[in-house]
Amino acid sequence: MQTTIHSLKKGEKAIIKDFDIDAVPLKLLEMGCLPGNQVELLQIAPFGDPLYLNVNGSHVAIRIETARQIEVEKIKR
Amino acid sequence: MSLKNINVALIGNPNVGKTSVFNQLTGLNQQVGNYPGITVEKKIGFCKLPTNIKANILDLPGTYSLNASSIDESVVIELLLNKKDRLYPDVALVVTDVENLKRNLLLFTQIKDLEIPTILVINMADRMKHKGISLDIPYLEEHLKTKIALISSRKGYGIEELKKLIVTYKSISSEPCLNASSIDPEYFDGLRATFPNQLLYKLWLVITQDVNFLNLERKEIKNSYTKSHSDLKRLQQKETIKRYQFINDVLKQGLQVDASIAKDFRSVLDRILTHKIWGYVIFFVILFGIFQSIFVWSKVPMDFIDTTFASLSSLASQKLPAGVLTNLIAQGIIPGIGGILIFIPQIAFLFLFISILEESGYMSRVVFLMDKIMRKFGLSGKSVVPLISGTACAIPAIMATRNIENWKERLITILVTPFTTCSARLPVYAIIIALVIPDERLFGIINMQGLTLMLLYLLGFGMAIFSAYILNKILEIKGKTYFIVEMPNYKLPLFKNVAINVIEKTKAFIFGAGKIILAISIVLWFLASYGPGKQFKNAETIIIEKTKSNPLSKTALDNAIASQKLENSYIGIMGKAIEPAISPLGYDWKIGIAIISSFAAREVFVGTLATIYSVGDSDNENTIKNKMQAEINPETGAKIFNFASGISLLLFYAFAMQCASTLAITKKETNTWKWPLGQLIFMSGLAYLVALIAYQLLK
Repeated sequence: MQTTIHSLKKGEKAIIKDFDIDAVPLKLLEMGCLPGNQVELLQIAPFGDPLYLNVNGSHVAIRIETARQIEVEKIKR
Repeated sequence: MSLKNINVALIGNPNVGKTSVFNQLTGLNQQVGNYPGITVEKKIGFCKLPTNIKANILDLPGTYSLNASSIDESVVIELLLNKKDRLYPDVALVVTDVENLKRNLLLFTQIKDLEIPTILVINMADRMKHKGISLDIPYLEEHLKTKIALISSRKGYGIEELKKLIVTYKSISSEPCLNASSIDPEYFDGLRATFPNQLLYKLWLVITQDVNFLNLERKEIKNSYTKSHSDLKRLQQKETIKRYQFINDVLKQGLQVDASIAKDFRSVLDRILTHKIWGYVIFFVILFGIFQSIFVWSKVPMDFIDTTFASLSSLASQKLPAGVLTNLIAQGIIPGIGGILIFIPQIAFLFLFISILEESGYMSRVVFLMDKIMRKFGLSGKSVVPLISGTACAIPAIMATRNIENWKERLITILVTPFTTCSARLPVYAIIIALVIPDERLFGIINMQGLTLMLLYLLGFGMAIFSAYILNKILEIKGKTYFIVEMPNYKLPLFKNVAINVIEKTKAFIFGAGKIILAISIVLWFLASYGPGKQFKNAETIIIEKTKSNPLSKTALDNAIASQKLENSYIGIMGKAIEPAISPLGYDWKIGIAIISSFAAREVFVGTLATIYSVGDSDNENTIKNKMQAEINPETGAKIFNFASGISLLLFYAFAMQCASTLAITKKETNTWKWPLGQLIFMSGLAYLVALIAYQLLK
């Protein structure tokens, strides 16, 4: 199974690898969600959705259905 | 000497303190209006710069980039693409937040591509030390080809330097800072060759956006340079990457962050405010506190306004020469104006709380907290903002739905928002609660009247959520569901921003609603002071004749004549005509008149009753509340405003769609009459039914 933002645990950091461009809104790209940038899962909302991220310095919340589309590689500590 | 004012446009991402910069530059010297044909707020202010130059400062809606995804954002592009626009900027100020410089610069590089002289305003500079940030200004100015103003709109420093910089606008570079067309040279070279006189980036914006471009037909460009939606988006992604590469390279040298210094309140506050239990508890405590204080704190100023106008009214009828004009002033105009002004305390408090919630950054946390729950009802977490700001007024609330990405979620939010208790219902609630709910404390602390008000707000929210649930089941609309919400840094709300916001909003409400209320009260006074037929004309002789066998005292006789007149006046006849339809709800014909006249705007209800009870009343000293309290059903001798009819009225006003402006805005935002008509029929039908059931059970 590929690793996506959805599979991160709270506090984990990862590098964005790739995503289906049609499934991710342009606005998110503009916020810095681009291949090669770092993403950190900061908070998970009660009931598990949405996810609160730090993407390349931008603090944004997205829903799981979008998070699932974004493939990442975890940063090992 | 009449030099033309220079035009300065303020552009920036949301949450960078753009409005504070605007307020700092212009003070209270602002005009708020709408762009023609659309309901996007247009804010222009005036500023006197050094060396006697005057500037029009235009505060454009916040946008993350020039790729518009809402009507508010397209306003920005349309202005910047149209050199002939009266407000086309001589200089653009791109406002950024020093903590989010990387992302904020994306928009900056796009503006630079439009070849407008651009100043980079780096705001919140007071936080740099705290966050361990240092900037190499000369380096940044050189590579971004701009002038930089390092300011703090919060602490108020750097503003004078910024003004001096604006004056030099003619010498500020309008050169792009990177070459974005290198992402697909072949395509852009072709485009450049075909339209040699046009700015390349403008062409690209026209191709990718739904904006109109003056000299060129959209189709003309489109046909020769069409690409599939996917290809265009791929290209936009490449463009975004390209811009970020440039920004990263510049910032590597120009911006240093010492992470060891940075203190993070954000994560601590986030952990508490979005906690799975405490998050909700805090949210509800805040809401509860707001509604309690609105009722409790506004009581004194409201009573003051009420009694002041009652005594003004009696003063007018004593001091002015007796006649029709005096009657109009004392019984029509003064109570009418009083009926408007009495809303000010509550409305101001409401706007105050809402603007504090938004300014502090807390609202985004509520969106985050509520999204999953709201989705169960076909709404979005972002629907919380319209539902809460709907407590002030449904019109801006419906406009605030524009950032909901999914159409179905947005439509449902628009349709159910009018159920939330708007400030126009407040005066109706306030007076009826004061009449039928005792002013006592439950368990010694909770004010019963405040509690009733809170319950009415909850009822409004509850009905909104319930209708959303039903609509979600019956509406079949498919669409992509996106949801992105920025979580801004927590900020202590700035007094100046909050104050200006409260003043502007309250003013707009008072003047907007005030005109209607005043006009209606004057019309009402005429309709109540004149009537057709003998029953009205000979009221005096009829009453004297009737009471011949049992003569009344002077005052009782006057009152009997006055009510005979009112009953047979034009308005009395209208009220009597609808009485059969509303008497099962517990209302008499006077309330019927108030319901008719408040059909276009709820707040007219109280003003109407004020006018009706003042007409022919020799004793103007009495407040409206006391007059309503004294109303008695002539047949049964029971009070008109009793517990059952009071509750029935409260429920009627909780649900009925009595606001022409809301219907108009729903039409505008949904582009069809289908939805506003649906709102009208469903909501008013429901109101009638619920009020009927309540009265029949309680009486």
